[in-house]
Amino acid sequence: MINIPSAFKISFRALRVNKMRSALTMLGIVIGVMAVIAMLAVGAGAREAVAKQISSIGSNLLIVLAGATSSGGVRMGSGTQSTLSTDDADAILKNCPAVAYAAPIHHGSAQLVFGHQNWATEVTGTTPSIMIVQNWTLRGGRVFTDQESKTAAKVAILGQTVVTNLFGDMDPVGQTIRIKDVPFKVIGALAPKGQSIMGQDQDDTVFIPITTAQKKLFGVRFIGMVRVIIVQTRSDRDLDPAQEQIAQLLRQRHHIGPKQDDDFTVRNLTQMLETMQRVASIMTILLGSIASISLLVGGIGIMNIMLVSVTERTREIGIRMAVGAKTWDIRLQFIIEAVTLSLFGGAVGIAIGIGASELVTVFSGFPVIISIISIILSFGFSGLVGIFFGFYPAYKASLLNPIDALRYE
Amino acid sequence: MTDLIQVQEMTKIYSLGDDLRLTALDNVSLNIGPQEFVAIMGPSGSGKSTFMNIIGCLDKPTQGRYLLEGVEVGSLDSDHLADIRNRKIGFVFQGFNLLSRTNALENVELPMLYNGVTAKERRQRAMNSLELVGLKGRERHHPNQLSGGEQQRVAIARALVNNAPIILADEPTGNLDTKTSVEIMSLFVKLNQESRITIILITHEADIAGFARRVIRFRDGKVISDEKVNK
Repeated sequence: MINIPSAFKISFRALRVNKMRSALTMLGIVIGVMAVIAMLAVGAGAREAVAKQISSIGSNLLIVLAGATSSGGVRMGSGTQSTLSTDDADAILKNCPAVAYAAPIHHGSAQLVFGHQNWATEVTGTTPSIMIVQNWTLRGGRVFTDQESKTAAKVAILGQTVVTNLFGDMDPVGQTIRIKDVPFKVIGALAPKGQSIMGQDQDDTVFIPITTAQKKLFGVRFIGMVRVIIVQTRSDRDLDPAQEQIAQLLRQRHHIGPKQDDDFTVRNLTQMLETMQRVASIMTILLGSIASISLLVGGIGIMNIMLVSVTERTREIGIRMAVGAKTWDIRLQFIIEAVTLSLFGGAVGIAIGIGASELVTVFSGFPVIISIISIILSFGFSGLVGIFFGFYPAYKASLLNPIDALRYE
Repeated sequence: MTDLIQVQEMTKIYSLGDDLRLTALDNVSLNIGPQEFVAIMGPSGSGKSTFMNIIGCLDKPTQGRYLLEGVEVGSLDSDHLADIRNRKIGFVFQGFNLLSRTNALENVELPMLYNGVTAKERRQRAMNSLELVGLKGRERHHPNQLSGGEQQRVAIARALVNNAPIILADEPTGNLDTKTSVEIMSLFVKLNQESRITIILITHEADIAGFARRVIRFRDGKVISDEKVNK
């Protein structure tokens, strides 16, 4: 049987003769592979981003939001009314066995000043539990104590972005900054977490004791009222029981009758993100499948051109048969020609696909991940496309009768 | 000594339709020995081309036996026939039938692609073969850069390269002028005498047939004469 290097040499020559035709045939595969690579990269990027988000916000989280009631027939958005209190948070922690931590949160934006630098950011009044619940670690300094929380001490923990903008390379711990003209002592600096999946800078934040936020900074109507409590359960199996326990407890504490609507909402954040991750996976499969269809169309293009090529080269096939080419010599020649087209197209497609994925990141900021597996997979798949769609033309060529083929004009 | 080619009561019938049958060969029997130089003559439709196709293992007889070097080949499958064509038979056609996109050397190497000869040996043998037919120095020329006579020499080199004992030439001078025809025929004579190759050639020109030492005439699918030519 013909050896493979010779067969490749023959196919290269044949493809060179019709450069334009070969290039256009390859284009189908190029586009298909490019689409597969880019789609898988975008999908993997989305999944990875969600996964990162899950680990960065902390695991096994429930969010208790104030409001979300229909009062007088008007549905209010959740978190719009401060119907929760710090006492609720304490009660949740004390009475719900599935709950490990409960951190009430009071947000507000404020201008921060240090020396000549100033920076507007989100200031979060909370309890030290936030460190565990949201998976924060300290880069330096310490977290505020219960004593400081109780006495509404003016102490602050700064996120990396705030540190960079106010202090540059200086160590912020021990310095005093002004938040809304109130002097605060910086007692800690957070290790950076990076962007969230929505593109928010998670490090652009400041933590202060919730009592301080309410009494000394933002001045709320009722001290102790909060809009959000973040709850962490002991394990992921405790999420559902905890949700049930919290709802029961809060209905009791807020004196909500059996026929009345809740004045709070409990959301399972981890579950939401896991759902997002599943959606991202399904999207990846979907996009990949659509991209595969274009690869299939490219394969049909190859088959089409190979059929033309077989007809055009009937006489050549006859000559080869006359001098001793066997059935599989002829088949192999045309299959290898098709595979050469598809593999070459695949290689170019991979290169362009990687480039396109990078462009997506550059222009949209959306993270993409090009996996080695997706490259091997699409390259292998394009090779299979070549074999599959090259086989029929090759089979047809091998069935030619040498006498007729030699006479073909 | 067994004859190289033994044809026994061979009949070839083509079915052209439901009831339409064409008897191309009708009960032909003949033997061709080693180192013979045979010319086959006859008008078109006489069955000489059908005979050549069967001798050349490109076609199979409907009835009868064909033994090549004592081996029955009439019943072999197409891959075995391809192998026999490769090792035993060199073809020379009227229209040269060279691959137009490849140079002379690669055309001559072609038969060796299908029997596992290494690239180095392929090159060497093809060079020798081209030298034998007088084309030394023209190896890198493509068919369209060669004259008709030169192209036919490339085809002959290709027929020789696997050391086949038989060359089948189908009107090899049909596209050539008289002078070139004589050169090509002289080459066949030389190959027959010096390389001891059996040459079977189809022609309708008496001049060309004159180079052979045996002339077989066909008419209506039958052998009508078979005579030795003494020189």
